[in-house]
Amino acid sequence: MSTTSTPIEHRAIPGLGWIIPIVLLVLLVVAWEIAVRLSQTPAWILPPPSKISAALADNWRVLLHHSWVTLEETLIGLGLSFACGVATATVIASSRSIERSVYPIVVASQAIPIIALAPILLIWFGYGLAPKVIVILLFCFFPITVNTIDGFRAVDQEQVDLLRSLGASRWFILRTVRLPSALPYVLSGTRIAAAVSVVGALVGEWVGSSAGLGYYMIRSASAFATDKVFAAILITAVIGIALFLSVTLLERLLMPWQRVSEKA
Amino acid sequence: MIGTHSNEISNLDSSLASMDAARLRLAGIEKAFPGPSGPVAALHDINLTVDDGSFVAIVGPSGCGKSTLLNIIAGLEQPSAGSVFLDGQPVVNRLGRTAYMHQRDLLLPWRTVLGNAALGLEAAGMPKPEAIERARELLPRFGLDEFAESYPAVLSGGMRQRVAFLRTVLTDKPILLLDEPFGALDALTRTSMQEWLLGLWDELRRTILFITHDVEEALLLSDRVAVMSGRPGHFLQIVDVPLPRPRYYEMISRPEFVTLKAEILDTLRRSMRADPR
Repeated sequence: MSTTSTPIEHRAIPGLGWIIPIVLLVLLVVAWEIAVRLSQTPAWILPPPSKISAALADNWRVLLHHSWVTLEETLIGLGLSFACGVATATVIASSRSIERSVYPIVVASQAIPIIALAPILLIWFGYGLAPKVIVILLFCFFPITVNTIDGFRAVDQEQVDLLRSLGASRWFILRTVRLPSALPYVLSGTRIAAAVSVVGALVGEWVGSSAGLGYYMIRSASAFATDKVFAAILITAVIGIALFLSVTLLERLLMPWQRVSEKA
Repeated sequence: MIGTHSNEISNLDSSLASMDAARLRLAGIEKAFPGPSGPVAALHDINLTVDDGSFVAIVGPSGCGKSTLLNIIAGLEQPSAGSVFLDGQPVVNRLGRTAYMHQRDLLLPWRTVLGNAALGLEAAGMPKPEAIERARELLPRFGLDEFAESYPAVLSGGMRQRVAFLRTVLTDKPILLLDEPFGALDALTRTSMQEWLLGLWDELRRTILFITHDVEEALLLSDRVAVMSGRPGHFLQIVDVPLPRPRYYEMISRPEFVTLKAEILDTLRRSMRADPR
């Protein structure tokens, strides 16, 4: 058994990894506050952090309502992207000829300017949930699919051969070897997708909606209520980070063996 | 010429099928792979009979096609010519008929020791809880009872290899194909694993075809040793090992052991000198 000492030493001071970025962030916010006050920049151009937090506190009911709408769209879109992405990748990875014919289309789909497509989706599907979910799907489908395909490609062929020699079915091999060994790749693709999914929801809302943080931002911006725009941006970031961390948590729950191998 | 020769053998064999006591018989196996300038021969005219319950070793230099031969027997590859007989019958689809163990333990990192050991039974269609129970019964014999719920990452090389052994033995297949199972272990672990395997084989009486590049290991473990040449691999010599059972490690200093070892090494060395690549 080989013991690599670096990760253990790293963990010897718990929380240190978190302290430095938080201190840095606080310093940045303080600098922002001081700079805005000293330069006497009008609040509608750049509000100081104190004004943004005030806007957050004053409008929390309205913001909560809009956040919920955006969160719902994001979760549905992300969930659908995950299901479609993994399914597509499984089909593509199952045969060489399918891969050769479908993979280029998947890659080409990424060249579509999604923002330009959003108004068309509006015409087709109206102001409801559907066009937002589709925009998120277009954003998130690609990283999940490509990562999952890479995961399937990284499968140890000898492990597959071993099971074949034991008379295992294709389905058994998919379930016990291919999917678990692709899982780390699937989850890292999902993590990227989780981070961009909120952006997808905002783009969908900007084009046409009657609720959601994107709608709130556009309305506040046209009223020059810049502090409210920043408050909405702050919430968007928090949702994005929360989703990202949720996938990381999921990773720990789904792959307990990974922590074991880190310790070993 | 070679084709007609092996056809004759297979005709002869199928007529004698009912009298055939051999678990495994290789008749006129040829294997060629496509290369940049025409096919490259990997195996040439391999003939071997492995009786039920016997332990046969194949020794040869690395790259002589030993692993290709096992892949063919396991059914992962098909020979270019010749046939593989299982229990007297030529069998084309051999997947699931043998228990194959590689030099790498190939344990699944996401399965515990028990889950890995049960894998072969599950692959053959046994429900997981039942397969796990069967594996649990054998854990003590494999020195793994304290590690039932451990992941492979925390095990030592020798222990990982024992889990792979347990997975192989549990499959209930009559023939075990072992491809240098101790090749990656250090010398001390290797010796204790050899003795452990000898004891295990005495209990199980399963047919074993064992591949190694270590002449000493081959002689210590097996009833017969087939000596293989470099590419294209073919058998230079098949010798019976006259040592009594049970075997133990100290036998390597017996005169008949030493003589036989020198003879095999000499055969290998002469074949390499004739074809210095």
